[in-house]
Amino acid sequence: MSGLLSSSLARKYAMALSAFFLMFFLLQHFAINVTSIFSADTFNELSHFMGTNPLIQYALQPVLLFGVVFHFAMGFVLEFKNRNARKVSYAKNNGGANSTWMSRNMIYSGLVILAFMGLHFYDFWIPELTTKYIQGDMSGLLANGEGFRYFEELQHKFLNPVRVGVYVLAFVFLALHLLHGFNAAFQSVGANNKYTKGLKTFGKAYAILIPLGFIIIALYHHFYH
Amino acid sequence: MDLILKIWRQKGSNDKGQMVEYNVTDISEHMSFLEMMDVLNEQLVAKDEEPVAFDHDCREGICGMCSMYINGEAHGPDRGITTCQLHMRTFNDGDTITIEPFRANAFPVIKDLVVDRMAFERIQQAGGFISVNTSGNTQDANAIPISKHAADEAMDAATCIGCGACVASCKNSSAMLFVSAKVSQYALLPQGQVEATDRVLNMVKQMDEESFGNCTNTGACEVECPKGISLENIARMNREYLVASLKG
Repeated sequence: MSGLLSSSLARKYAMALSAFFLMFFLLQHFAINVTSIFSADTFNELSHFMGTNPLIQYALQPVLLFGVVFHFAMGFVLEFKNRNARKVSYAKNNGGANSTWMSRNMIYSGLVILAFMGLHFYDFWIPELTTKYIQGDMSGLLANGEGFRYFEELQHKFLNPVRVGVYVLAFVFLALHLLHGFNAAFQSVGANNKYTKGLKTFGKAYAILIPLGFIIIALYHHFYH
Repeated sequence: MDLILKIWRQKGSNDKGQMVEYNVTDISEHMSFLEMMDVLNEQLVAKDEEPVAFDHDCREGICGMCSMYINGEAHGPDRGITTCQLHMRTFNDGDTITIEPFRANAFPVIKDLVVDRMAFERIQQAGGFISVNTSGNTQDANAIPISKHAADEAMDAATCIGCGACVASCKNSSAMLFVSAKVSQYALLPQGQVEATDRVLNMVKQMDEESFGNCTNTGACEVECPKGISLENIARMNREYLVASLKG
């Protein structure tokens, strides 16, 4: 068992398992956000449920935070160790001949996503925690008491074109990160079999369509608020 | 053809080393890359200069000794070949060719383009074998039924010549393609089952101790491997290691 805690393969499993969790989270985040295009009421109700359900708030939210922090921290540890494994670098290295840009630059796409998450937390998560747990307002209602506040807040954030631009750029980098990461996670846990070809196609579709969906949602609320 | 060569020169393992430029003339396009290096060395000796040290042995793509990093790729730009199988027709008259040793902390430079790949040997010694009684009562291997599919996959893995191109090409200097090929060639056969658990645990432990990097699934190793060892072997090793860790 000791190897499962400290070996190079253990680090691969850990990155892959946290990636699976984050990819599943991303899918459910998208599923809720996309309702904001079709029905403000549905989006409000789902948001209120997610924001006030004790199981989600006190059990799943800490797990999510741990997953996010762990994935980033392990990513940095791996990058540091891997760079140190070749102290004298090549004078000429043609990485593009044998691997994709995405696979070689996961640390940079990851850093862009990390920076974006800082903005995202500043925009939504910190105000949400402040309202609920510091001001003690768990009602989810607007200040005037006329309906839920979530949809209003979402539209308000996407009024700023600079913020929308940053969101779009971040999701492009998320797509690049997922284009390698989705299938790499399966490879890391040993899934390379007759289903791999189909899984690769599905992975590419996921990596492009989910970030694209988030981009469309941001643009929709910017132009049709 | 005439060429400009930028070659890594390093007097010994403690020397800092540097890239040095040479002009080499009268190279035939039919020569192998190593023959071109032979011509360069003859020209250097004629000028009373130190010839370039490089590894070579069989010169027919089997031994895995030739270990040059040519124009940014292990064994040069062609696929499925070692450096001795790379021919000068791949290049054009007047080209500048950059030639470096395989780079990784686990493969320290001994001299010029020669690197120490004993780390691979130590990984093999940690578990890349089966313990067979060779006293004369050994069972005929053909008496054990093995499916064609398993035999083919095991043979594919066993074609690894341990050249180190996977490590040299990997941005992380990871040895996982090599180790996984050695784990797989036994894991797929009944003869390898007895020691399967210890083998994968010990070989991965030794690999980690040799200061190779971590695999991030870029797939560069598979592309640059002269024997076409597949990433499927790494996936198999990942499975084998997980099961062995839970058992052990």
